[in-house]
Amino acid sequence: MEGDIAQMGQFIGAGLAAIGSGAAAIGVGHVAGNFLAGALRNPSAAGGQTATLFIGIAFAEALGIFAFLVALLLMFAV
Amino acid sequence: MADAPEGGGLVFKPMDQFKLADLFGGSEIGMLTITNSTLWMAFSIVAIALFMVAGTRGRAIVPSRVQSLAEMTYGFVYNMVIDVSGKDAARYFPYIMTLFMFILFANFLALIPMSFSPTSQFAVTGMLAIAVFVTVLVIGFAKNGLGFLSLFWITSAPTVVRPILAVIEFILFWMRPVSHAVRLGGAILAGHALLKVFAGFAQITVAAPLALLGVVAIYALEVLVAGIQAYVFTILTCVYLKDALHPHH
Repeated sequence: MEGDIAQMGQFIGAGLAAIGSGAAAIGVGHVAGNFLAGALRNPSAAGGQTATLFIGIAFAEALGIFAFLVALLLMFAV
Repeated sequence: MADAPEGGGLVFKPMDQFKLADLFGGSEIGMLTITNSTLWMAFSIVAIALFMVAGTRGRAIVPSRVQSLAEMTYGFVYNMVIDVSGKDAARYFPYIMTLFMFILFANFLALIPMSFSPTSQFAVTGMLAIAVFVTVLVIGFAKNGLGFLSLFWITSAPTVVRPILAVIEFILFWMRPVSHAVRLGGAILAGHALLKVFAGFAQITVAAPLALLGVVAIYALEVLVAGIQAYVFTILTCVYLKDALHPHH
């Protein structure tokens, strides 16, 4: 059990930042689930909305990847 | 960290695969050094050229397999540009097609074992994103003049909140190249690092078969991600282009 406190802070911070990935997963699941719920009600209109689906997923996912980036920076760059 | 465990056994080095190296053995990496990243980008360009040349050479009425693949890719991207950005965006189709093919092929070639993934380098994705950002700025101001700034003035919102929304939209606009680049780079980086971490679990003899299964499963996921990230990057380019051509909400 040795090492300095700054490194401990880095690891704890990286772990906390990883929570953001889980939050992004909730967001992506929300987008996809709502799309599916809507698509099953009106399947004929669903085909034209896949682009919107992916844009929504991409925006939700971006913030999770920011969190991942923060974790990476803490682990390897600070 | 990668080299932290000493008494404890497992050694993970998930980030080593992203190290840039001079192809000719030099130790300094400058602006114009030919690195392994350059090599794999060149490979993907050669692969695209071969694919499209082979696909368009025959020009048969009943297309061969390569020709129908090339035609499908072309039609897919063309429809995406028209659907998302509108009919007048067809002028910019070659640029978007180039982006899509480059990212798609770079992603897929990076899945070959022992290869290098240029799209995991934020320098590469960052330049792609900045190129898109500058293109959108130039087209937006060239087409609409100062009317492009109405992008930030959302007329469908109540007048009171419009200034606040304008500030938010303005910040969001400048975050576009960042999120655009980090989304692609981060997804590819995370996937490839994850593959290495799972492979690292094979150091425990009991867990090795499970680790192998995990690697196979994650590899399958990565094939999916490679396609989806190329698609997402392209479709966001189309969305940004639509903002440049029709800034009025």
